Amino acid sequence: MQLDRSIGRRLFLVFNYLFLALIALICLAPMWHTLSASFSSPVELNAHRGLLWYPVGEFTLKGYEIVFKNSAIWRSYLNTLIYVVGGTLVGISMTAIGAYTLSRRYFRPRNVLMLLITFTMLFNGGMIPNYMLIHKLGLYNTAWALILPTAINVFHLIILRTAFMGIPPEMEESAKIDGANDLQIFLRIIVPVSKASISVIVLFIAVMHWNSWFPASLYLSDRAKYPLQIILREILIDGNTSITSAGANPAISMYKLLIKYCTVIVSTLPVLTIYPFIQKYFTQGVMIGAIKG
Amino acid sequence: MRQLIANYKRHKMIYWLTLPVVVYFLIFSYLPMAGLIMAFQDFKPSKGFFGSEWVGFQHFVDFFTSPNFWRVTRNTIVLSLMELAFGFPAPILFALMLNEVKNRLFKRTVQTISYLPYFLSTAIIAGLIRDFMSSTGPISTTLAPIMGKAVNLLSVPEYFRAIFISTNIWQFMGYISIIYLAALTRVDPELYDAARMDGAGYWKQCWHVTLPGISSTIIIMFILNMGQLLSVNFEKILLLYNSAIYETADVISTYIYRQGILSQNYGYSTAVGLFNSVIAMLLILGANYVSKKYSETHLF
Repeated sequence: MQLDRSIGRRLFLVFNYLFLALIALICLAPMWHTLSASFSSPVELNAHRGLLWYPVGEFTLKGYEIVFKNSAIWRSYLNTLIYVVGGTLVGISMTAIGAYTLSRRYFRPRNVLMLLITFTMLFNGGMIPNYMLIHKLGLYNTAWALILPTAINVFHLIILRTAFMGIPPEMEESAKIDGANDLQIFLRIIVPVSKASISVIVLFIAVMHWNSWFPASLYLSDRAKYPLQIILREILIDGNTSITSAGANPAISMYKLLIKYCTVIVSTLPVLTIYPFIQKYFTQGVMIGAIKG
Repeated sequence: MRQLIANYKRHKMIYWLTLPVVVYFLIFSYLPMAGLIMAFQDFKPSKGFFGSEWVGFQHFVDFFTSPNFWRVTRNTIVLSLMELAFGFPAPILFALMLNEVKNRLFKRTVQTISYLPYFLSTAIIAGLIRDFMSSTGPISTTLAPIMGKAVNLLSVPEYFRAIFISTNIWQFMGYISIIYLAALTRVDPELYDAARMDGAGYWKQCWHVTLPGISSTIIIMFILNMGQLLSVNFEKILLLYNSAIYETADVISTYIYRQGILSQNYGYSTAVGLFNSVIAMLLILGANYVSKKYSETHLF
Protein backbone atom coordinates (compact mmCIF):
# COMPACT_ATOMS: atom_id res chain seq x y z
CA MET A 1 0.00 0.00 0.00
CA GLN A 2 2.89 2.32 0.68
CA LEU A 3 4.02 2.07 -2.88
CA ASP A 4 0.57 3.08 -4.12
CA ARG A 5 0.80 6.41 -2.39
CA SER A 6 4.36 7.15 -3.43
CA ILE A 7 5.16 10.34 -5.29
CA GLY A 8 5.98 8.39 -8.43
CA ARG A 9 2.55 6.82 -8.44
CA ARG A 10 0.83 10.18 -7.98
CA LEU A 11 2.90 11.76 -10.69
CA PHE A 12 1.96 8.90 -12.96
CA LEU A 13 -1.74 9.41 -12.26
CA VAL A 14 -1.54 13.12 -13.00
CA PHE A 15 0.23 12.46 -16.29
CA ASN A 16 -2.24 9.73 -17.08
CA TYR A 17 -5.18 12.13 -16.72
CA LEU A 18 -3.43 14.81 -18.76
CA PHE A 19 -2.47 12.38 -21.48
CA LEU A 20 -5.97 10.92 -21.75
CA ALA A 21 -7.44 14.42 -21.91
CA LEU A 22 -5.02 15.17 -24.74
CA ILE A 23 -6.10 12.03 -26.61
CA ALA A 24 -9.75 13.05 -26.23
CA LEU A 25 -8.87 16.50 -27.55
CA ILE A 26 -7.10 15.02 -30.58
CA CYS A 27 -10.06 12.77 -31.32
CA LEU A 28 -12.48 15.68 -31.10
CA ALA A 29 -10.48 18.52 -32.68
CA PRO A 30 -10.88 17.68 -36.39
CA MET A 31 -14.65 17.46 -36.16
CA TRP A 32 -14.80 20.56 -33.97
CA HIS A 33 -12.70 22.40 -36.54
CA THR A 34 -15.04 21.21 -39.28
CA LEU A 35 -18.12 22.29 -37.36
CA SER A 36 -16.65 25.74 -36.63
CA ALA A 37 -15.54 26.16 -40.22
CA SER A 38 -18.98 25.27 -41.56
CA PHE A 39 -20.46 28.40 -39.91
CA SER A 40 -17.59 30.71 -40.85
CA SER A 41 -17.61 33.49 -43.37
CA PRO A 42 -15.99 32.16 -46.56
CA VAL A 43 -13.47 35.02 -46.96
CA GLU A 44 -12.14 34.71 -43.41
CA LEU A 45 -12.19 30.94 -43.63
CA ASN A 46 -10.08 30.90 -46.78
CA ALA A 47 -7.58 33.27 -45.18
CA HIS A 48 -7.47 31.41 -41.87
CA ARG A 49 -4.48 29.20 -41.04
CA GLY A 50 -4.37 26.63 -38.26
CA LEU A 51 -7.09 24.92 -36.24
CA LEU A 52 -10.40 26.62 -35.64
CA TRP A 53 -12.01 26.57 -32.21
CA TYR A 54 -14.92 28.87 -33.13
CA PRO A 55 -16.37 30.21 -36.42
CA VAL A 56 -14.30 33.02 -37.93
CA GLY A 57 -15.84 36.14 -39.44
CA GLU A 58 -19.55 36.69 -39.54
CA PHE A 59 -21.64 33.67 -38.57
CA THR A 60 -23.25 32.33 -41.73
CA LEU A 61 -25.45 29.49 -42.95
CA LYS A 62 -24.59 30.25 -46.58
CA GLY A 63 -22.61 27.02 -47.00
CA TYR A 64 -25.48 24.92 -45.73
CA GLU A 65 -27.86 26.80 -48.02
CA ILE A 66 -25.75 25.78 -51.03
CA VAL A 67 -25.38 22.19 -49.84
CA PHE A 68 -29.09 21.80 -49.09
CA LYS A 69 -29.95 23.07 -52.57
CA ASN A 70 -27.78 20.39 -54.11
CA SER A 71 -30.02 17.70 -55.49
CA ALA A 72 -27.08 15.30 -56.02
CA ILE A 73 -26.50 15.10 -52.27
CA TRP A 74 -30.16 14.44 -51.49
CA ARG A 75 -30.53 11.84 -54.19
CA SER A 76 -27.40 10.06 -53.03
CA TYR A 77 -28.65 10.24 -49.46
CA LEU A 78 -31.82 8.50 -50.57
CA ASN A 79 -29.81 5.90 -52.55
CA THR A 80 -27.64 5.20 -49.53
CA LEU A 81 -30.77 4.72 -47.44
CA ILE A 82 -32.05 2.17 -49.97
CA TYR A 83 -28.71 0.32 -50.05
CA VAL A 84 -28.41 0.35 -46.26
CA VAL A 85 -31.95 -0.92 -45.67
CA GLY A 86 -31.90 -3.43 -48.54
CA GLY A 87 -28.38 -4.61 -47.83
CA THR A 88 -29.06 -5.01 -44.13
CA LEU A 89 -32.31 -6.92 -44.68
CA VAL A 90 -30.76 -9.33 -47.16
CA GLY A 91 -27.56 -9.56 -45.11
CA ILE A 92 -29.09 -10.31 -41.74
CA SER A 93 -31.63 -12.81 -43.16
CA MET A 94 -28.96 -14.79 -44.98
CA THR A 95 -26.48 -14.60 -42.10
CA ALA A 96 -29.01 -15.58 -39.42
CA ILE A 97 -30.50 -18.47 -41.41
CA GLY A 98 -27.03 -19.77 -42.22
CA ALA A 99 -25.96 -19.44 -38.61
CA TYR A 100 -29.13 -21.25 -37.54
CA THR A 101 -28.93 -24.29 -39.82
CA LEU A 102 -25.20 -24.62 -39.24
CA SER A 103 -25.79 -24.62 -35.50
CA ARG A 104 -28.16 -27.61 -35.66
CA ARG A 105 -26.42 -30.68 -34.33
CA TYR A 106 -28.66 -33.04 -36.32
CA PHE A 107 -27.70 -31.33 -39.61
CA ARG A 108 -25.13 -33.82 -40.87
CA PRO A 109 -23.13 -31.82 -43.43
CA ARG A 110 -22.72 -28.90 -41.06
CA ASN A 111 -19.07 -29.49 -40.22
CA VAL A 112 -18.05 -29.87 -43.85
CA LEU A 113 -19.98 -26.74 -44.77
CA MET A 114 -18.49 -24.81 -41.86
CA LEU A 115 -15.01 -25.80 -42.99
CA LEU A 116 -15.70 -24.64 -46.55
CA ILE A 117 -17.14 -21.37 -45.25
CA THR A 118 -14.25 -20.71 -42.86
CA PHE A 119 -11.83 -21.34 -45.71
CA THR A 120 -13.23 -18.29 -47.53
CA MET A 121 -11.89 -16.20 -44.63
CA LEU A 122 -8.40 -17.46 -45.40
CA PHE A 123 -8.42 -17.33 -49.15
CA ASN A 124 -10.45 -15.50 -51.77
CA GLY A 125 -10.44 -14.78 -55.48
CA GLY A 126 -9.51 -11.15 -55.05
CA MET A 127 -10.59 -7.94 -56.68
CA ILE A 128 -10.41 -8.77 -60.39
CA PRO A 129 -12.22 -12.15 -60.44
CA ASN A 130 -14.97 -10.59 -58.31
CA TYR A 131 -15.20 -7.69 -60.73
CA MET A 132 -15.54 -10.13 -63.65
CA LEU A 133 -18.18 -12.09 -61.76
CA ILE A 134 -20.40 -9.04 -61.23
CA HIS A 135 -20.27 -8.34 -64.96
CA LYS A 136 -20.93 -11.97 -65.91
CA LEU A 137 -23.91 -12.18 -63.55
CA GLY A 138 -25.40 -9.07 -65.12
CA LEU A 139 -25.35 -7.24 -61.80
CA TYR A 140 -23.26 -4.34 -63.12
CA ASN A 141 -24.89 -0.97 -62.49
CA THR A 142 -27.63 -2.45 -60.29
CA ALA A 143 -28.21 -2.16 -56.55
CA TRP A 144 -27.71 -5.94 -56.32
CA ALA A 145 -24.01 -5.48 -57.07
CA LEU A 146 -23.73 -3.65 -53.73
CA ILE A 147 -26.10 -5.88 -51.77
CA LEU A 148 -25.44 -9.48 -52.81
CA PRO A 149 -21.64 -9.98 -52.83
CA THR A 150 -21.30 -8.72 -49.23
CA ALA A 151 -24.51 -10.33 -47.93
CA ILE A 152 -22.77 -12.77 -45.59
CA ASN A 153 -19.72 -11.82 -43.57
CA VAL A 154 -18.21 -15.07 -42.26
CA PHE A 155 -17.16 -13.41 -39.05
CA HIS A 156 -20.76 -12.33 -38.36
CA LEU A 157 -22.00 -15.81 -39.22
CA ILE A 158 -19.62 -17.38 -36.71
CA ILE A 159 -20.65 -14.92 -33.99
CA LEU A 160 -24.36 -15.66 -34.51
CA ARG A 161 -23.81 -19.39 -34.81
CA THR A 162 -21.97 -19.40 -31.50
CA ALA A 163 -24.82 -17.43 -29.93
CA PHE A 164 -27.44 -19.85 -31.31
CA MET A 165 -25.49 -22.87 -30.11
CA GLY A 166 -25.52 -21.43 -26.61
CA ILE A 167 -29.33 -21.56 -26.45
CA PRO A 168 -30.42 -24.47 -24.23
CA PRO A 169 -32.21 -27.14 -26.33
CA GLU A 170 -35.01 -27.37 -23.74
CA MET A 171 -36.30 -24.03 -24.98
CA GLU A 172 -37.22 -25.64 -28.29
CA GLU A 173 -38.83 -28.73 -26.79
CA SER A 174 -42.32 -27.31 -26.25
CA ALA A 175 -42.38 -25.92 -29.81
CA LYS A 176 -41.28 -29.28 -31.15
CA ILE A 177 -44.06 -31.02 -29.25
CA ASP A 178 -46.48 -28.58 -30.84
CA GLY A 179 -45.21 -29.88 -34.18
CA ALA A 180 -43.31 -26.75 -35.19
CA ASN A 181 -40.91 -27.22 -38.11
CA ASP A 182 -37.33 -25.92 -38.28
CA LEU A 183 -38.30 -22.60 -39.80
CA GLN A 184 -40.95 -22.01 -37.17
CA ILE A 185 -38.50 -22.86 -34.38
CA PHE A 186 -36.05 -20.38 -35.90
CA LEU A 187 -38.61 -17.57 -36.13
CA ARG A 188 -40.49 -18.22 -32.89
CA ILE A 189 -37.73 -19.32 -30.52
CA ILE A 190 -34.23 -18.63 -31.81
CA VAL A 191 -34.73 -15.11 -33.18
CA PRO A 192 -36.60 -13.69 -30.15
CA VAL A 193 -34.12 -15.23 -27.70
CA SER A 194 -31.11 -13.90 -29.62
CA LYS A 195 -32.47 -10.40 -30.15
CA ALA A 196 -29.39 -8.79 -28.59
CA SER A 197 -26.75 -10.47 -30.72
CA ILE A 198 -28.87 -10.15 -33.87
CA SER A 199 -29.31 -6.41 -33.37
CA VAL A 200 -25.57 -6.04 -32.92
CA ILE A 201 -24.94 -7.75 -36.27
CA VAL A 202 -27.68 -5.64 -37.88
CA LEU A 203 -25.82 -2.58 -36.68
CA PHE A 204 -22.50 -3.85 -38.05
CA ILE A 205 -24.00 -4.58 -41.47
CA ALA A 206 -25.84 -1.26 -41.61
CA VAL A 207 -22.71 0.74 -40.77
CA MET A 208 -20.71 -1.25 -43.32
CA HIS A 209 -23.20 -0.31 -46.05
CA TRP A 210 -23.41 3.30 -44.90
CA ASN A 211 -19.63 3.74 -45.09
CA SER A 212 -18.88 1.70 -48.17
CA TRP A 213 -17.73 3.50 -51.32
CA PHE A 214 -15.36 1.18 -53.15
CA PRO A 215 -17.89 -1.38 -54.52
CA ALA A 216 -20.12 1.47 -55.69
CA SER A 217 -17.19 3.05 -57.53
CA LEU A 218 -16.47 -0.29 -59.21
CA TYR A 219 -19.99 -1.43 -60.03
CA LEU A 220 -22.16 1.64 -60.60
CA SER A 221 -21.88 3.74 -63.75
CA ASP A 222 -25.14 5.65 -63.52
CA ARG A 223 -24.80 8.89 -61.53
CA ALA A 224 -28.43 8.70 -60.46
CA LYS A 225 -27.59 5.52 -58.53
CA TYR A 226 -24.53 6.83 -56.66
CA PRO A 227 -24.58 6.48 -52.90
CA LEU A 228 -23.66 9.37 -50.62
CA GLN A 229 -20.05 8.23 -50.13
CA ILE A 230 -19.31 8.51 -53.86
CA ILE A 231 -20.68 12.05 -53.97
CA LEU A 232 -18.58 12.79 -50.88
CA ARG A 233 -15.53 11.48 -52.67
CA GLU A 234 -16.22 13.79 -55.60
CA ILE A 235 -16.64 16.82 -53.37
CA LEU A 236 -13.95 16.10 -50.76
CA ILE A 237 -11.30 14.16 -52.66
CA ASP A 238 -11.63 15.30 -56.26
CA GLY A 239 -12.47 18.81 -55.05
CA ASN A 240 -15.33 18.88 -57.48
CA THR A 241 -17.59 21.36 -55.74
CA SER A 242 -19.10 22.47 -59.02
CA ILE A 243 -21.65 19.66 -58.76
CA THR A 244 -22.93 21.45 -55.67
CA SER A 245 -23.98 24.44 -57.71
CA ALA A 246 -26.46 23.27 -60.28
CA GLY A 247 -27.05 26.92 -61.17
CA ALA A 248 -23.85 28.66 -62.27
CA ASN A 249 -22.42 30.58 -59.34
CA PRO A 250 -19.61 32.97 -60.27
CA ALA A 251 -18.33 33.15 -56.69
CA ILE A 252 -18.30 29.39 -56.28
CA SER A 253 -14.54 29.09 -55.88
CA MET A 254 -14.77 31.38 -52.87
CA TYR A 255 -17.24 28.99 -51.28
CA LYS A 256 -15.33 25.86 -52.14
CA LEU A 257 -13.79 25.27 -48.71
CA LEU A 258 -16.98 26.26 -46.88
CA ILE A 259 -19.00 23.84 -49.00
CA LYS A 260 -16.57 21.03 -48.21
CA TYR A 261 -16.93 21.53 -44.48
CA CYS A 262 -20.72 21.87 -44.64
CA THR A 263 -20.92 18.68 -46.71
CA VAL A 264 -18.91 16.79 -44.09
CA ILE A 265 -21.26 17.97 -41.35
CA VAL A 266 -24.44 17.22 -43.34
CA SER A 267 -23.24 13.73 -44.20
CA THR A 268 -22.00 12.76 -40.74
CA LEU A 269 -24.58 14.46 -38.54
CA PRO A 270 -27.03 11.52 -38.52
CA VAL A 271 -24.31 9.12 -37.40
CA LEU A 272 -22.70 11.52 -34.93
CA THR A 273 -25.99 12.29 -33.22
CA ILE A 274 -26.95 8.67 -32.73
CA TYR A 275 -23.61 7.05 -31.98
CA PRO A 276 -23.43 7.99 -28.28
CA PHE A 277 -26.76 6.20 -27.86
CA ILE A 278 -25.97 3.09 -29.85
CA GLN A 279 -22.34 2.75 -28.73
CA LYS A 280 -23.58 0.38 -26.03
CA TYR A 281 -24.57 -2.14 -28.72
CA PHE A 282 -21.31 -1.68 -30.51
CA THR A 283 -19.35 -2.38 -27.37
CA GLN A 284 -21.42 -5.51 -26.84
CA GLY A 285 -20.82 -6.52 -30.43
CA VAL A 286 -17.09 -6.01 -30.30
CA MET A 287 -16.96 -8.10 -27.16
CA ILE A 288 -19.03 -10.94 -28.58
CA GLY A 289 -16.70 -10.96 -31.55
CA ALA A 290 -13.55 -10.99 -29.49
CA ILE A 291 -14.57 -13.51 -26.88
CA LYS A 292 -16.30 -16.07 -28.99
CA GLY A 293 -14.90 -15.37 -32.44
CA MET B 1 -23.85 -41.20 -48.47
CA ARG B 2 -26.78 -43.36 -47.44
CA GLN B 3 -26.67 -41.74 -44.01
CA LEU B 4 -26.73 -38.34 -45.65
CA ILE B 5 -29.83 -39.23 -47.65
CA ALA B 6 -31.53 -40.58 -44.55
CA ASN B 7 -30.58 -37.38 -42.71
CA TYR B 8 -32.00 -35.32 -45.58
CA LYS B 9 -35.26 -37.25 -45.53
CA ARG B 10 -35.67 -36.62 -41.81
CA HIS B 11 -34.68 -32.96 -41.85
CA LYS B 12 -35.63 -31.74 -45.32
CA MET B 13 -36.45 -28.25 -44.08
CA ILE B 14 -32.94 -27.62 -42.74
CA TYR B 15 -31.42 -28.59 -46.08
CA TRP B 16 -33.71 -26.27 -48.03
CA LEU B 17 -33.06 -23.41 -45.62
CA THR B 18 -29.32 -23.86 -46.06
CA LEU B 19 -29.54 -23.91 -49.84
CA PRO B 20 -29.46 -20.10 -50.39
CA VAL B 21 -26.45 -19.84 -48.09
CA VAL B 22 -24.59 -22.57 -49.92
CA VAL B 23 -25.47 -21.01 -53.28
CA TYR B 24 -24.25 -17.67 -51.97
CA PHE B 25 -20.83 -19.03 -51.03
CA LEU B 26 -20.56 -20.99 -54.25
CA ILE B 27 -21.26 -17.94 -56.38
CA PHE B 28 -19.60 -15.15 -54.45
CA SER B 29 -16.66 -16.96 -52.85
CA TYR B 30 -15.85 -20.08 -54.84
CA LEU B 31 -16.65 -18.90 -58.39
CA PRO B 32 -14.16 -16.02 -58.05
CA MET B 33 -11.57 -18.61 -56.98
CA ALA B 34 -12.24 -20.43 -60.24
CA GLY B 35 -11.77 -17.06 -61.92
CA LEU B 36 -8.17 -17.16 -60.75
CA ILE B 37 -7.38 -19.15 -63.90
CA MET B 38 -7.22 -15.70 -65.52
CA ALA B 39 -3.84 -15.41 -63.79
CA PHE B 40 -2.53 -17.99 -66.26
CA GLN B 41 -4.22 -16.55 -69.33
CA ASP B 42 -3.93 -13.58 -71.61
CA PHE B 43 -7.50 -12.92 -70.59
CA LYS B 44 -9.73 -11.05 -73.03
CA PRO B 45 -13.34 -10.55 -71.93
CA SER B 46 -14.47 -10.98 -75.54
CA LYS B 47 -12.87 -14.44 -75.71
CA GLY B 48 -13.90 -15.52 -72.22
CA PHE B 49 -12.34 -18.05 -69.87
CA PHE B 50 -12.26 -20.82 -72.45
CA GLY B 51 -11.20 -18.86 -75.52
CA SER B 52 -8.42 -16.78 -73.99
CA GLU B 53 -4.85 -17.78 -74.69
CA TRP B 54 -2.87 -19.65 -72.01
CA VAL B 55 0.36 -17.99 -70.94
CA GLY B 56 1.42 -20.23 -68.05
CA PHE B 57 3.37 -18.38 -65.40
CA GLN B 58 4.25 -15.46 -67.68
CA HIS B 59 2.28 -12.89 -65.61
CA PHE B 60 4.06 -13.97 -62.46
CA VAL B 61 7.45 -13.73 -64.18
CA ASP B 62 6.49 -10.28 -65.47
CA PHE B 63 5.42 -9.15 -62.02
CA PHE B 64 8.44 -10.50 -60.18
CA THR B 65 10.84 -8.93 -62.68
CA SER B 66 9.08 -5.57 -62.93
CA PRO B 67 10.38 -2.60 -60.89
CA ASN B 68 6.89 -2.29 -59.41
CA PHE B 69 7.22 -5.65 -57.69
CA TRP B 70 9.79 -4.46 -55.20
CA ARG B 71 8.06 -1.14 -54.64
CA VAL B 72 4.55 -2.45 -53.93
CA THR B 73 5.75 -5.46 -51.95
CA ARG B 74 8.07 -3.35 -49.84
CA ASN B 75 5.38 -0.71 -49.18
CA THR B 76 2.81 -3.37 -48.28
CA ILE B 77 5.20 -5.03 -45.86
CA VAL B 78 6.48 -1.79 -44.35
CA LEU B 79 2.98 -0.38 -43.80
CA SER B 80 1.81 -3.72 -42.36
CA LEU B 81 4.73 -3.96 -39.97
CA MET B 82 4.29 -0.34 -38.90
CA GLU B 83 0.61 -1.01 -38.33
CA LEU B 84 1.58 -4.00 -36.21
CA ALA B 85 4.27 -2.12 -34.29
CA PHE B 86 2.23 1.03 -33.57
CA GLY B 87 -1.40 0.41 -34.44
CA PHE B 88 -1.67 -2.90 -32.59
CA PRO B 89 -0.32 -1.87 -29.15
CA ALA B 90 -1.99 1.58 -29.16
CA PRO B 91 -5.46 0.37 -28.05
CA ILE B 92 -3.88 -1.91 -25.42
CA LEU B 93 -1.95 1.00 -23.90
CA PHE B 94 -5.01 3.23 -24.14
CA ALA B 95 -7.13 0.62 -22.33
CA LEU B 96 -4.48 0.18 -19.62
CA MET B 97 -4.36 3.93 -19.10
CA LEU B 98 -8.14 4.23 -18.96
CA ASN B 99 -8.20 1.35 -16.52
CA GLU B 100 -6.18 3.44 -14.06
CA VAL B 101 -8.79 6.19 -14.03
CA LYS B 102 -11.04 6.04 -10.99
CA ASN B 103 -13.24 9.02 -11.91
CA ARG B 104 -16.12 7.41 -13.80
CA LEU B 105 -17.40 10.56 -15.51
CA PHE B 106 -13.92 11.36 -16.87
CA LYS B 107 -13.45 7.79 -18.01
CA ARG B 108 -16.80 7.64 -19.81
CA THR B 109 -16.30 11.01 -21.47
CA VAL B 110 -12.83 10.16 -22.77
CA GLN B 111 -14.07 6.78 -23.97
CA THR B 112 -17.12 8.15 -25.80
CA ILE B 113 -15.03 10.84 -27.50
CA SER B 114 -12.38 8.30 -28.49
CA TYR B 115 -14.97 6.25 -30.45
CA LEU B 116 -16.01 9.27 -32.49
CA PRO B 117 -13.45 8.88 -35.32
CA TYR B 118 -14.52 5.26 -35.79
CA PHE B 119 -17.98 6.40 -36.83
CA LEU B 120 -16.71 8.56 -39.69
CA SER B 121 -16.63 6.99 -43.16
CA THR B 122 -13.39 6.41 -45.05
CA ALA B 123 -14.37 9.05 -47.62
CA ILE B 124 -14.91 11.65 -44.88
CA ILE B 125 -11.70 10.75 -43.08
CA ALA B 126 -9.65 10.82 -46.26
CA GLY B 127 -11.27 14.15 -47.18
CA LEU B 128 -10.39 15.63 -43.79
CA ILE B 129 -6.84 14.28 -43.92
CA ARG B 130 -6.26 15.80 -47.36
CA ASP B 131 -7.66 19.07 -46.18
CA PHE B 132 -5.64 19.18 -42.95
CA MET B 133 -2.43 18.16 -44.71
CA SER B 134 -2.81 20.56 -47.67
CA SER B 135 -0.45 23.53 -47.88
CA THR B 136 -3.12 25.81 -46.40
CA GLY B 137 -4.49 23.24 -43.94
CA PRO B 138 -4.29 23.42 -40.13
CA ILE B 139 -1.55 20.83 -39.71
CA SER B 140 0.77 22.03 -42.47
CA THR B 141 0.45 25.64 -41.38
CA THR B 142 1.02 24.74 -37.72
CA LEU B 143 4.16 22.81 -38.66
CA ALA B 144 5.33 25.52 -41.07
CA PRO B 145 7.64 27.31 -38.55
CA ILE B 146 9.47 24.03 -37.90
CA MET B 147 9.63 22.92 -41.51
CA GLY B 148 10.46 26.27 -43.08
CA LYS B 149 7.34 26.59 -45.18
CA ALA B 150 3.85 25.13 -45.43
CA VAL B 151 3.79 22.31 -47.95
CA ASN B 152 1.18 19.78 -48.96
CA LEU B 153 2.32 16.99 -46.66
CA LEU B 154 0.61 14.39 -48.85
CA SER B 155 2.89 15.21 -51.76
CA VAL B 156 6.07 14.32 -49.85
CA PRO B 157 6.88 10.58 -50.02
CA GLU B 158 8.75 10.63 -46.70
CA TYR B 159 5.66 11.65 -44.72
CA PHE B 160 3.06 9.30 -46.13
CA ARG B 161 3.72 6.35 -43.82
CA ALA B 162 3.57 8.49 -40.69
CA ILE B 163 0.36 10.15 -41.86
CA PHE B 164 -1.27 6.85 -42.80
CA ILE B 165 -0.40 5.02 -39.58
CA SER B 166 -1.12 7.89 -37.20
CA THR B 167 -4.54 8.51 -38.75
CA ASN B 168 -5.29 4.78 -38.56
CA ILE B 169 -4.49 4.88 -34.86
CA TRP B 170 -6.63 8.00 -34.52
CA GLN B 171 -9.53 6.23 -36.20
CA PHE B 172 -9.45 2.82 -34.52
CA MET B 173 -7.70 3.10 -31.15
CA GLY B 174 -10.72 4.07 -29.06
CA TYR B 175 -12.98 1.50 -30.65
CA ILE B 176 -10.60 -1.47 -30.43
CA SER B 177 -9.76 -0.57 -26.83
CA ILE B 178 -13.30 -1.66 -25.90
CA ILE B 179 -12.20 -5.27 -26.28
CA TYR B 180 -9.23 -4.85 -23.98
CA LEU B 181 -11.21 -2.87 -21.41
CA ALA B 182 -13.71 -5.71 -21.31
CA ALA B 183 -10.90 -8.21 -20.83
CA LEU B 184 -9.44 -6.06 -18.04
CA THR B 185 -12.70 -6.15 -16.08
CA ARG B 186 -12.48 -9.96 -16.09
CA VAL B 187 -9.10 -10.04 -14.37
CA ASP B 188 -9.66 -11.47 -10.89
CA PRO B 189 -9.23 -8.69 -8.25
CA GLU B 190 -7.96 -11.27 -5.75
CA LEU B 191 -4.88 -11.73 -7.89
CA TYR B 192 -3.99 -8.08 -7.31
CA ASP B 193 -4.47 -8.49 -3.57
CA ALA B 194 -2.26 -11.54 -3.57
CA ALA B 195 0.41 -9.75 -5.58
CA ARG B 196 0.33 -6.81 -3.18
CA MET B 197 0.69 -9.20 -0.22
CA ASP B 198 3.84 -10.49 -1.88
CA GLY B 199 5.06 -6.91 -1.98
CA ALA B 200 4.63 -6.35 -5.71
CA GLY B 201 4.60 -2.68 -6.64
CA TYR B 202 2.34 -1.17 -9.26
CA TRP B 203 4.49 -1.99 -12.28
CA LYS B 204 5.08 -5.52 -11.09
CA GLN B 205 1.33 -6.00 -10.69
CA CYS B 206 0.83 -4.72 -14.20
CA TRP B 207 3.48 -7.10 -15.55
CA HIS B 208 2.56 -10.21 -13.54
CA VAL B 209 -1.22 -9.87 -13.18
CA THR B 210 -2.75 -7.45 -15.69
CA LEU B 211 -0.90 -8.44 -18.83
CA PRO B 212 -1.18 -12.23 -18.32
CA GLY B 213 -4.88 -11.64 -17.55
CA ILE B 214 -5.55 -10.15 -20.98
CA SER B 215 -2.94 -12.13 -22.92
CA SER B 216 -5.43 -14.50 -24.60
CA THR B 217 -7.42 -11.50 -25.87
CA ILE B 218 -4.19 -9.95 -27.16
CA ILE B 219 -3.27 -13.16 -28.98
CA ILE B 220 -6.70 -13.54 -30.63
CA MET B 221 -6.56 -9.92 -31.78
CA PHE B 222 -3.05 -10.51 -33.06
CA ILE B 223 -4.08 -13.48 -35.21
CA LEU B 224 -7.07 -11.55 -36.57
CA ASN B 225 -4.74 -8.67 -37.38
CA MET B 226 -2.40 -10.99 -39.25
CA GLY B 227 -5.28 -12.03 -41.50
CA GLN B 228 -5.89 -8.45 -42.56
CA LEU B 229 -2.23 -7.56 -42.63
CA LEU B 230 -1.77 -7.40 -46.38
CA SER B 231 -5.03 -5.62 -47.12
CA VAL B 232 -3.63 -2.51 -45.30
CA ASN B 233 -6.85 -0.50 -45.56
CA PHE B 234 -6.14 0.10 -49.25
CA GLU B 235 -9.45 1.89 -49.79
CA LYS B 236 -8.08 4.67 -47.63
CA ILE B 237 -4.80 4.71 -49.56
CA LEU B 238 -6.73 4.98 -52.83
CA LEU B 239 -8.37 8.15 -51.53
CA LEU B 240 -5.13 9.62 -50.17
CA TYR B 241 -2.31 8.87 -52.57
CA ASN B 242 -1.19 10.48 -55.80
CA SER B 243 1.51 9.62 -58.31
CA ALA B 244 4.00 11.91 -56.51
CA ILE B 245 4.10 9.57 -53.51
CA TYR B 246 3.77 6.14 -55.15
CA GLU B 247 7.29 5.49 -53.93
CA THR B 248 5.98 4.98 -50.37
CA ALA B 249 2.20 4.79 -50.79
CA ASP B 250 1.61 2.34 -53.61
CA VAL B 251 0.73 -1.09 -52.16
CA ILE B 252 -0.16 -4.41 -53.80
CA SER B 253 -3.93 -3.80 -53.68
CA THR B 254 -3.75 -0.29 -55.13
CA TYR B 255 -1.46 -1.64 -57.86
CA ILE B 256 -3.98 -4.39 -58.65
CA TYR B 257 -6.69 -1.74 -58.84
CA ARG B 258 -4.76 0.41 -61.32
CA GLN B 259 -3.60 -2.55 -63.42
CA GLY B 260 -6.88 -4.43 -63.40
CA ILE B 261 -9.71 -1.93 -63.21
CA LEU B 262 -8.14 1.18 -64.74
CA SER B 263 -5.77 -0.39 -67.32
CA GLN B 264 -7.79 -3.59 -67.83
CA ASN B 265 -4.78 -5.91 -67.68
CA TYR B 266 -7.06 -8.57 -66.26
CA GLY B 267 -4.76 -11.58 -66.43
CA TYR B 268 -1.75 -9.75 -65.03
CA SER B 269 -3.65 -8.10 -62.15
CA THR B 270 -5.33 -11.41 -61.25
CA ALA B 271 -1.86 -12.96 -60.98
CA VAL B 272 -0.72 -10.16 -58.66
CA GLY B 273 -3.90 -10.68 -56.62
CA LEU B 274 -3.26 -14.41 -56.37
CA PHE B 275 0.24 -13.70 -55.11
CA ASN B 276 -1.25 -11.37 -52.48
CA SER B 277 -3.91 -13.88 -51.38
CA VAL B 278 -1.43 -16.72 -50.99
CA ILE B 279 0.96 -14.64 -48.88
CA ALA B 280 -1.96 -13.43 -46.73
CA MET B 281 -3.14 -17.00 -46.17
CA LEU B 282 0.33 -18.17 -45.20
CA LEU B 283 0.64 -15.29 -42.74
CA ILE B 284 -2.59 -16.05 -40.90
CA LEU B 285 -1.91 -19.81 -40.83
CA GLY B 286 1.61 -19.11 -39.59
CA ALA B 287 0.39 -16.81 -36.82
CA ASN B 288 -2.20 -19.37 -35.82
CA TYR B 289 0.39 -22.14 -35.77
CA VAL B 290 2.86 -20.17 -33.66
CA SER B 291 0.18 -19.18 -31.19
CA LYS B 292 -1.09 -22.76 -30.98
CA LYS B 293 2.42 -23.95 -30.22
CA TYR B 294 3.32 -21.42 -27.55
CA SER B 295 -0.06 -20.81 -25.91
CA GLU B 296 -3.45 -22.39 -25.58
CA THR B 297 -5.11 -19.74 -27.73
CA HIS B 298 -5.79 -20.26 -31.40
CA LEU B 299 -8.44 -19.45 -33.94
CA PHE B 300 -8.65 -22.57 -36.11
